[in-house]
Amino acid sequence: MTITINVNGSGHQVEASPETPLLYVLREDLRLNGPKYGCGLGQCGACTVQIDGKAAFSCVTPIAAIAGRSVVTVEGLAPKGEMNMLQQAFLTEQAAQCGYCIAGMIMRAQALLDEIPQPDEKTIRRHMQPNLCRCGTHMRILRAIRRAAAPNASHLA
Amino acid sequence: MIRSPAIRRPIPPLLIGFIVAAFAALAVTWRPAIERIAPPAPDSFTPQIISRGAVLAKLGDCAVCHTAKSGRPLAGGRALPTPFGTLYSDNITPDPETGIGTWSREAFRRAMRDGVSRNGSHLYPALPYEHFTHVTDGDLDALYAFLMSRRPVALEAPPNSLYFPLGFRPLLAGWKMLFLQKGPVPIVIGKSAEWTRGAYLTEGLGHCGGCHTPRNIAGGEQTSRAFAGGVAEGWRAPALDGSNPAARHWTVDALQTYLTTGISPDHSAAGGPMGPVVDSLSSAPPRDVRAIATYIAAMMGNGVSRPALKLADNPDGATKAFPQGATLFAGACAGCHSTGAPMLGQGRPGLALVSNLRDDIPTSAIQAVLAGIDPPVARRGPMMPAFATSFTDQQIADVLNYSRARFTGRPAWTGLAKKVSQGRKEISQP
Repeated sequence: MTITINVNGSGHQVEASPETPLLYVLREDLRLNGPKYGCGLGQCGACTVQIDGKAAFSCVTPIAAIAGRSVVTVEGLAPKGEMNMLQQAFLTEQAAQCGYCIAGMIMRAQALLDEIPQPDEKTIRRHMQPNLCRCGTHMRILRAIRRAAAPNASHLA
Repeated sequence: MIRSPAIRRPIPPLLIGFIVAAFAALAVTWRPAIERIAPPAPDSFTPQIISRGAVLAKLGDCAVCHTAKSGRPLAGGRALPTPFGTLYSDNITPDPETGIGTWSREAFRRAMRDGVSRNGSHLYPALPYEHFTHVTDGDLDALYAFLMSRRPVALEAPPNSLYFPLGFRPLLAGWKMLFLQKGPVPIVIGKSAEWTRGAYLTEGLGHCGGCHTPRNIAGGEQTSRAFAGGVAEGWRAPALDGSNPAARHWTVDALQTYLTTGISPDHSAAGGPMGPVVDSLSSAPPRDVRAIATYIAAMMGNGVSRPALKLADNPDGATKAFPQGATLFAGACAGCHSTGAPMLGQGRPGLALVSNLRDDIPTSAIQAVLAGIDPPVARRGPMMPAFATSFTDQQIADVLNYSRARFTGRPAWTGLAKKVSQGRKEISQP
């Protein structure tokens, strides 16, 4: 059946059955390959996108659940190809190793910064807890988030 | 404008009575401060008594409430939301200024038994002294030795924010007259030593009834309905008496597995505030956990024969009743929870066994979907993701009623979307 979904600010008509995970539609129908398939079970966070501004696992969110709601993927943070402050911070801190988890990390972190522009360390760590990185770049990821939260600070721990 | 002349009325006798009663109550409920002591040196306690106290602190879950999120253990400051406002747990490290460093053994015993602080003020029953009052002198002294030999942490708890006039502590004396029943846990003739130990731990330090017994409007445990199920931090603490909704009977073995690992293959996983309890019990002596399991299994009617339930799985009927729920279940839940899903092969119970889905009250089922379930012991074990941001209230209601229809065959929960919306307010994290 045809379902209309709103992704990165525009409406898309997709041909899929309603229980199809949002992730499959994003990657295969809309060619938005930022969100990654990691576990498919909501355990790792590689597929994280924002639904109505909140971080959510797209692999366990069927498209039937997102009618009338807005989805943002990592591509949506840089609509004109210009990275936003958080993406730039990830680059500056070289927070990626293999990079597979990073789009999900950025989407979860951005949801936090949109709600609390200058979160404290505990809040950042608690918020990022659901997303995993197998390369072990967590310290750099945390640094990148701190940098984006306080872009003018001269000293970043 | 005509002014009516002031009328001098006699003070009504009721008011006089009230004032006299208030003074009498204050006189009866007043408790003196106990003299400060110099903090005892940690090496003034024997290693034996300290390690005994460490075990008791695990069985009593002291650190669960007395540790703030990501805070230093036992230094307090954890917010405890109650129907009467928010309380913050006290610092129970031996810091002389902000902790209990200047408390004598007698002051500690009095706090645990009578709910009175060293300075003589009444403590709120968030410290479950109506349970701790049953603990023996020897065990209290061991706990004291354990706490006083911890490293002191200087940390002042934030002030409580309670609804007026509950900030007035002498009122607690009245609460205690009604609900604090002192004395040891009665010995029941003819019960095994294991059951007796279990009764002592469950009713005393373990304070299981603190959550699993329903409370009255004054916040006192309804002792006539002990273990009939209560609430804890937005979750339901299931009934531990004969009305427990489990599909399979809880055995002593199943309870012991659950209490030490957080999951029983025949029942379900520990969610919400039960997680930290399991974490604490996971390193407690197995004999003590078994004693608790023995006592609780007996309460739930272990040994009474009950016809074995045939486990339900009726996808067709459930789909007919909740088509939207069926679609959402297929996309979001089936990967782990459908019949034959690989996750079920790893000692995880199928939904037909899960008590939260069978319970007449949907509170915990809602919370499990909203907040997910964290692996309680050392962050290892089964983990269910949170769906709060994936689904709307109505979608969670649909998926829950579909699951209940499919896996339990019990009547649908009513007004569910509204309850999901209430449940959302109870979870702190997105």
